[in-house]
Amino acid sequence: MNAALVIFLAFVALTLAITAWAARRSQGAASYFAAGRRITGWQNGLAVAGDYMSAASFLGIAGLIAFNGYDGFMYSVGWLVAYLTVLLVVAEPLRNAGKYTMADLLAYRLKARPVRAMASLSTLTVSTFYMIAQMVGAGALVSLLLKGSGIGFSTAVIGVGLLMIVYVVFGGMLATTWVQIVKAVLLMGGTLLLSVLVLAHFGFSFAAFFDAVANVKYTLNGETVTRDFLAPGLRYKPPYGALDLISLGMALIFGTAGLPHILIRFYTVPDARTARISVVWAMAIIGAFYVMTTFLGFGAATIVGRDFIAQNGGINMSAPLLANALGGEIFFAFISAVAFATILAVVAGLTISASASFSHDFWTNVVHNGRERSPNEEVNVARITAFVVGLVSIALAILLGPGANVAFLVGLAFAVAASANLPAIVLSLFWKRFNTSGAVCGLGGGLASSIILILLGPSVRGAAAVFPLENPGIVSIPVGFAAAWLGTMLSSDRASEDKFAELQVRANTGLGAEKPSAH
Amino acid sequence: MSPDWDAIAARPRFKELLRAKRRFVAPASVFFIAYYFALPVLVGYFPATMSRRVWGPVNIAYLFALSQFLMAWVVAWIYVRAARRFDELAEQALRDEAGR
Repeated sequence: MNAALVIFLAFVALTLAITAWAARRSQGAASYFAAGRRITGWQNGLAVAGDYMSAASFLGIAGLIAFNGYDGFMYSVGWLVAYLTVLLVVAEPLRNAGKYTMADLLAYRLKARPVRAMASLSTLTVSTFYMIAQMVGAGALVSLLLKGSGIGFSTAVIGVGLLMIVYVVFGGMLATTWVQIVKAVLLMGGTLLLSVLVLAHFGFSFAAFFDAVANVKYTLNGETVTRDFLAPGLRYKPPYGALDLISLGMALIFGTAGLPHILIRFYTVPDARTARISVVWAMAIIGAFYVMTTFLGFGAATIVGRDFIAQNGGINMSAPLLANALGGEIFFAFISAVAFATILAVVAGLTISASASFSHDFWTNVVHNGRERSPNEEVNVARITAFVVGLVSIALAILLGPGANVAFLVGLAFAVAASANLPAIVLSLFWKRFNTSGAVCGLGGGLASSIILILLGPSVRGAAAVFPLENPGIVSIPVGFAAAWLGTMLSSDRASEDKFAELQVRANTGLGAEKPSAH
Repeated sequence: MSPDWDAIAARPRFKELLRAKRRFVAPASVFFIAYYFALPVLVGYFPATMSRRVWGPVNIAYLFALSQFLMAWVVAWIYVRAARRFDELAEQALRDEAGR
């Protein structure tokens, strides 16, 4: 049997055991949606990292660096810096003033129904787009990583989909959290081991390492060329290269703090102070990961070589092929299994954020005006939603097939988070005059402009693009803020100002915040 | 009974808390955003300068990108230290209320 499959099945067995344990402990809504708010700072830091670092980070960025050198590295920087927005602006107020979802913060002093309906739409958009990208990626990876195991694209998609449904339906947030923690540990372990092996390959001499990186040979248009992989310009080229990178940077810096599946992680800790500590833990882990990714990417470029990678599965195989070159088949198997664990932990986080938002925001608060009609209705609706979301994602991923261009879906998720969610969160916290009409216009305007610009851009239309940038952030984020401002000013509604003092006191002191469950 | 939110919001300690937070968060945010966007702007529009080598083949662009990680960690660390004061002020603002 395929070694990667064995290691992966061991991970699956462990996560199912976690789910069974979590299911026995889980009681009531706070337990299901927020793990009883009893996760500690370092645990949540690891879980945030596990929730955030997708296969796109692990395999994608390593590949970007292996193929484009410096430009790929520059691309990775924003993924860490973005956490400063989470730390300085969002995490603590959210923990203090919210309950289960991002919309809790928005609905505080605004009219609950329209705001929650829009926030729920935005959450479902971000989560499902991101999830489909992960699922298609998972399926495509299988055919490469588990070659010869008899597992194909559809089987892999169904397997990943069913596992995430099981974690979320039965184990709720507690199981999701621990799956993410285990994944983060595995990912960091694998990355660290690979980095050390790369440096060992160069006799632990940084000078030798960087010399090799400055003289990478590969074939370009039939000729062998030598390029300095430490020099910028291999990927981001004029006329729009720099602008595209700035636009992407904006989507990361303002979007990470608006990603619903990241935000709801801060409800799992006892208080705002722990939320703060957990962001710092996450930053230490995520930062260390991206720094090490440099060694993976540059290592793959120098040790394996761009030509070999291109002939043996393509850019996303850079890290696994590096593992194969340095540690043989077993290490290749381990790194492949880590890539799967990575995908599973992320899709579980996305599923629970989508189902929490549908159940808590849409079902309970929009449809039934804030009343649960039977005990545990919210949890049961969330479970059904997780099941449906899982099935729909499986179907869509299989329908799109392994060749589908899905990378833009991740960009779209970040663009919507930055253009729709973040303006609403920030204005709700800091601008007294902000009102319901402003929130609805801001969420709607940011969502619509992100989607329209992506549809008009090169990711979808290729050479026929009307909008020249792959990432719409540089336009859609200002549109989101402007729409929120305009919507506010056009409405004479001033009722939201009455509760501004209350929100400020709650957000900044934690008075009246949701307490951790007794046990 | 729910707390008198407006009364707490009006307390001097609470106002001091908001001021102290604003004095930290606003400049810190401006700084990290400027520092971060300096990277794509400088690399995108001044590639020749940024490609200048300073240590073996290692150039300014690489060191600047690496420094972003350090910058993020340092800003986070300074914030966590500053936040101890915010926690104290928040506690005092609430204790004021309990005393009345």
